[in-house]
Amino acid sequence: MFPPIPNPPVTPTPAKFGEGDLIRRSASNLRVPVEFKEPVAKLIDVSKCIGCKACQAACLEWNELHEEIGTFNGSYTNPPDLTENSLTLMRFTEWVNPETDTLEWLIRKDGCMHCADPGCLKACPAPGAIVQYSNGIVDFDHDRCIGCGYCVKGCPFNIPRISKADHKAYKCTLCSDRVAVGQGPACQKACPTQAIVFGTKTQMKEWAEGRIKDLKSRGYKNAGLYDPPGVGGTHVMYVLQHADQPSLYAGLPDNPRISRIVEAWKGVTKYVGLGVMGFAAIAGALHYLVAGANKVTPEDEANAEKLTEGGRS
Amino acid sequence: MTNSWTDIRNTDLVVIMGGNAAEAHPCGFKWVTEAKASRGAKLVVVDPRFTRSAAVADYYAPIRQGTDIAFLNGVINYCIANDKVQWDYVKAFTNASYIVKEGFAYQDGLFTGYDAEKRDYNRSTWDYDIGPDGYAVVDDTLQHPRCVWNLLKAHVAQYTPELVERITGTPKDKFLKVASMIAECSSKTKTMTSMYALGWTQHSKGSQNIRTMAMLQLILGNIGVRGGGMNALRGHSNIQGLTDVGLMSNMIPGYLTLPTEREPDFNAYMSTRGFKPLRPNQMSYWQNYRKFFVSFQKSMWGDAATAENNWAFDYLPKLDVPAYDILRAFELMKQGKITNYICQGFNPMQAFPNRGKLTEALSKLKLLVVMDPLETETARFWENHGVYNPADTAKIQTEVIQLPTTCFAEDEGALVNSGRWIQWHWPAGSPPGEARTDAAIMAGIHLRMKELYRKEGGAFPDPILNLTWTYKDPHEPTAVELTKELNGSVLRDVPDPNDPTKKLLEAGKQVAGFGVLRDDGSTACGNWIYSGSYTEAGNMMARRDNSDPDATGAYLKWSFAWPANRRILYNRASCDIDGKPWDPTRKLIEWDGSKWTGYDVPDIAVTAKPQDVGPFIMNPEGVSRLFARGMMREGPFPVHYEPFESPVANLIAPKIRGNPVARVFKDDFAQFADTASKEFPYAATSYRLTEHFHYWTKNNHVNSVLQPEFFVEISEELAKEKKIENAGWVRVWSKRGSVFAKAYVTKRIRPLMVDGKPVHIVGIPIHWGFVGAAKKGFPANVLTPFVGDANIETPEFKAFLVNIEPTTGPVA
Amino acid sequence: MNMELSRRQFLKTAGAGVAGTTLGAMGFGAIEEAYASTIKPFRLVNTTEVRNTCTYCSVACGILIFTKGNLAKGEKADITHIEGDSDHPTNRGTLCPKGAALLDIVKSETRLKYPMIRRAGSDRFERISWDEALDKIARTLKDDRDANFIARNKDGVTVNRWVTTGFLAASATTNETAWCTYKTVRSLGMLVFDNQARV
Repeated sequence: MFPPIPNPPVTPTPAKFGEGDLIRRSASNLRVPVEFKEPVAKLIDVSKCIGCKACQAACLEWNELHEEIGTFNGSYTNPPDLTENSLTLMRFTEWVNPETDTLEWLIRKDGCMHCADPGCLKACPAPGAIVQYSNGIVDFDHDRCIGCGYCVKGCPFNIPRISKADHKAYKCTLCSDRVAVGQGPACQKACPTQAIVFGTKTQMKEWAEGRIKDLKSRGYKNAGLYDPPGVGGTHVMYVLQHADQPSLYAGLPDNPRISRIVEAWKGVTKYVGLGVMGFAAIAGALHYLVAGANKVTPEDEANAEKLTEGGRS
Repeated sequence: MTNSWTDIRNTDLVVIMGGNAAEAHPCGFKWVTEAKASRGAKLVVVDPRFTRSAAVADYYAPIRQGTDIAFLNGVINYCIANDKVQWDYVKAFTNASYIVKEGFAYQDGLFTGYDAEKRDYNRSTWDYDIGPDGYAVVDDTLQHPRCVWNLLKAHVAQYTPELVERITGTPKDKFLKVASMIAECSSKTKTMTSMYALGWTQHSKGSQNIRTMAMLQLILGNIGVRGGGMNALRGHSNIQGLTDVGLMSNMIPGYLTLPTEREPDFNAYMSTRGFKPLRPNQMSYWQNYRKFFVSFQKSMWGDAATAENNWAFDYLPKLDVPAYDILRAFELMKQGKITNYICQGFNPMQAFPNRGKLTEALSKLKLLVVMDPLETETARFWENHGVYNPADTAKIQTEVIQLPTTCFAEDEGALVNSGRWIQWHWPAGSPPGEARTDAAIMAGIHLRMKELYRKEGGAFPDPILNLTWTYKDPHEPTAVELTKELNGSVLRDVPDPNDPTKKLLEAGKQVAGFGVLRDDGSTACGNWIYSGSYTEAGNMMARRDNSDPDATGAYLKWSFAWPANRRILYNRASCDIDGKPWDPTRKLIEWDGSKWTGYDVPDIAVTAKPQDVGPFIMNPEGVSRLFARGMMREGPFPVHYEPFESPVANLIAPKIRGNPVARVFKDDFAQFADTASKEFPYAATSYRLTEHFHYWTKNNHVNSVLQPEFFVEISEELAKEKKIENAGWVRVWSKRGSVFAKAYVTKRIRPLMVDGKPVHIVGIPIHWGFVGAAKKGFPANVLTPFVGDANIETPEFKAFLVNIEPTTGPVA
Repeated sequence: MNMELSRRQFLKTAGAGVAGTTLGAMGFGAIEEAYASTIKPFRLVNTTEVRNTCTYCSVACGILIFTKGNLAKGEKADITHIEGDSDHPTNRGTLCPKGAALLDIVKSETRLKYPMIRRAGSDRFERISWDEALDKIARTLKDDRDANFIARNKDGVTVNRWVTTGFLAASATTNETAWCTYKTVRSLGMLVFDNQARV
């Protein structure tokens, strides 16, 4: 049993991290803090997951999100995809293991991986709309988001979703508000079987080792940790029974990496701030770099321009 | 549960059969994943569907619904044949050595004494040979041909792996794998736990399903030990408590029973209760029945219950039938024999079988009262919702009063969990609108009726007028006032017989436990098994010390467990005949030469010598029963019977339809599909999904998001045969009704080969209705048959027949 | 019971593999800083915490209910959040998808607020006062009891039973409510009495 995190405080509690701990800020130069906080991580042990969706319920409740009541779509995956309100989602895969000819019901909790090298942040043209703290949390600042959708393109895991209501990008914050007062994320706290645990990344890797050993003893010879190096490792990691085939788990990328286009774009933003370039130019440049549709309407662009010209740089 | 949720951490093998703990009890299931992760325990799941529990199992075997007894008798046969028996346990703690009366026999699916017309047995031969000393005759060598062990061995010999496969559809190799994993737990240092729920109870032979596993657990020596036990995972938060407090037609709190009209007076009533020991030195705890009964009567009627009037024995109603269970109630209602009905926090329109019959029955009432925190289909049964509830509103003359009640977050009191922990909770929020507590509503009804009887007189007003009602505010009894009555108190001083200057018991004090209750009217106690829960030391149920010395999972200082704060029932059986733990690494209690010590409250007297007193203190034998005597209506050993609606005839007794002693009302028999029916060829089962709680959470937005719409589950094979597409519409119908649903075509259900014939399974979740936030849909009870278990009348929701076809969906 | 003590009990018995707990692991020193612009203020600050038990299944998970306003002090209390109680031995702070959304059942749009009556043949419910409702119930029950009470059976045995009105008890009410219900129902001689244990 992983020791439970004590109950939450009801009196004002000093934040355990904040503005001073930012190590990356989209489309901005940043003075990196002298002292780095110890990286945190959420470990999702797929082999312990019963697919109960307590994580989804807790996420909706804690974050006061209102998801639409949908329909049955031929699977237990509900809603059928991540949305601006469903920041996490259980994805169910029925897979017959060809080696043993037995059915395995692989259930993976999808959501933001909090990459050490975040593609969303690198792709984001809006200054400060996406930030990364030294403890590893990648967070969105919706006041600064211009809804361009480039974070979606930049994400190797296809996570952020653009709200139809306010045209801004949404994804899991790792419950930064809870972590700030020493709590774990709402999904982790709820998880009945401790398939989700939370702590420092070092602790989580250590805990994962014990789990992998147990799985190997039960015949899962390829059990392993998913902490993909292509994105610098992640602050949300999985224990997989078949770590040699991540894509079995509802298309978890086998070897995720930030697209070269975004890397190139990162080079541009590093030296030229949004305020200097003007939004239209940036949008044009990125359009050129990122092939395929983006959902930015001329109206959005105009609004975004107003915002950026309003002194945010 | 004989054990507790937290005790599951101590097990080596978890068998989930007749339940789906991961799906229905996720937070209790954490102790399964914990046992796996920390102890290397294994999890086996046997179920018609590959469930969420199966998703994390080490081994899964499919089984046709309604054939668990054949499977488990097969495992018992396997254990006996392969000498996988915990012999010391079986010899010391079961009735294996008891000699059964001459005349008892079994043939072709029936035991001695069957009366086909009455659908019942004369059970007189189902008992022990009683010697001249008044004790049961035993043969410790197990050589006597009529000893229980030899009769059991012969009884299960028929259930070979081959026969098991033909009946259950479980492939032989899978059956043998499960049997061998279970058999390993006959070792003194390996323990198996059985976790079951409605998957075993909701059959016409539900009690025998459970009993078969209990017998297996006894043979393996797994009852009373850490990490073992028979663990009924109860459904609702306080269904254990509601049963403990006896809210059933034939019950008195604490598992005492109401008199029947064949027991015309108090002496006749007591003559069949208060058992004398059947073996020397045994506690036979029901010898104290009279103390518990008299204290109950004093709690109800105080000074009006006197020795002269036999403690107000006549205030209790006497039964003319075994029970007025829910099925009988709705049958009587349908016949127009019930005028008024009150539903407290219960939605029978969704929860009982054969919805068409329920609507017809409710329509015949004069008054229906529904007390609930939420809208229910029952309160709105008269409302027309098209195909979802085609009620003829104008024709329904029933008046309905709907009363808003508080919910858990707004009230105070105790709930009893599956492991018998009685936990206190505190109110947090203000009730909405004019909602009132249930206690205030009941008080409102009682006080008004009392006033009417006082003013007008009427039929036998005494028990109403004399009912103890001494609450500070009679209109709103508090939880503390009520719970103190349940615990019991002293009514008048009882002097110490050894020292008349001292008092044994002092008037006005709460009793410390049921051991001090008396049958002379000096104590009152609402529910003897709760004695000790609210004593002079305060509210034991509110205790919150979560210390757990040596991580045994006992948590003796957390809340209060009945009886007597005992956490594992029959814990004396965790030790050998000399009082030493079978497994020293899993010590629970131990005999130290003069007394019992350890982590739990021992269930025999603390100074009772281990060689003298058996662990099964409620049985007059002091041991457990592999042979049930006359306690079960179907017989002392379990027999495989098919469900009333079955895709095949009973292989071992082709002439027997269903459970031969289950009660079936005449009109309902006509509504059963024939055995192996061509019209209804598919074996259906109904069940819960983890995203929902019965018919409540469809009122919740979040849960309706997580599982929004009614669907049924079928195999890829059946889908192909019937040209049904995944997520496409289907119509499913039984002989009682028809529903529209989306289809979920899944690899998690496979057709089973049953005696050479493929049987397709249709899985039907139960959670949808016509009120709430979720999409309107059909509840499973539109389809299910109106028949219950032969002993306790739990409806057969788990096995029935349907047909299925693709369709374009409902026209609303 | 000292909560800090109870927490330590868990930590002492924690499984091997991880030293200590995540408590403070994110502590990063004692710096008191302003929240960052992306971090929401912690929404349980200045709420009242009340211990309760989940209303659904019999695992009986410990829960914490957070309110604005303190009911124990006689204030109106509005429930704003519910989560698991980490001190509880069984659930250790976890909850299932029903438990994690308990707030939704407390606040459900289909919570009943007022006594209502549906009259014979009517197609709707109408408001009724508590007194009217309870008076009507008591009157109806008494009339039926007086008309159908069986004092003696045909053999002349005293049976004192009433079987023309039935009561179906709940499954999630407290023991105390159950006892109050039992007393009321049984004292009437009512036998058609059952609860949800069977289903």
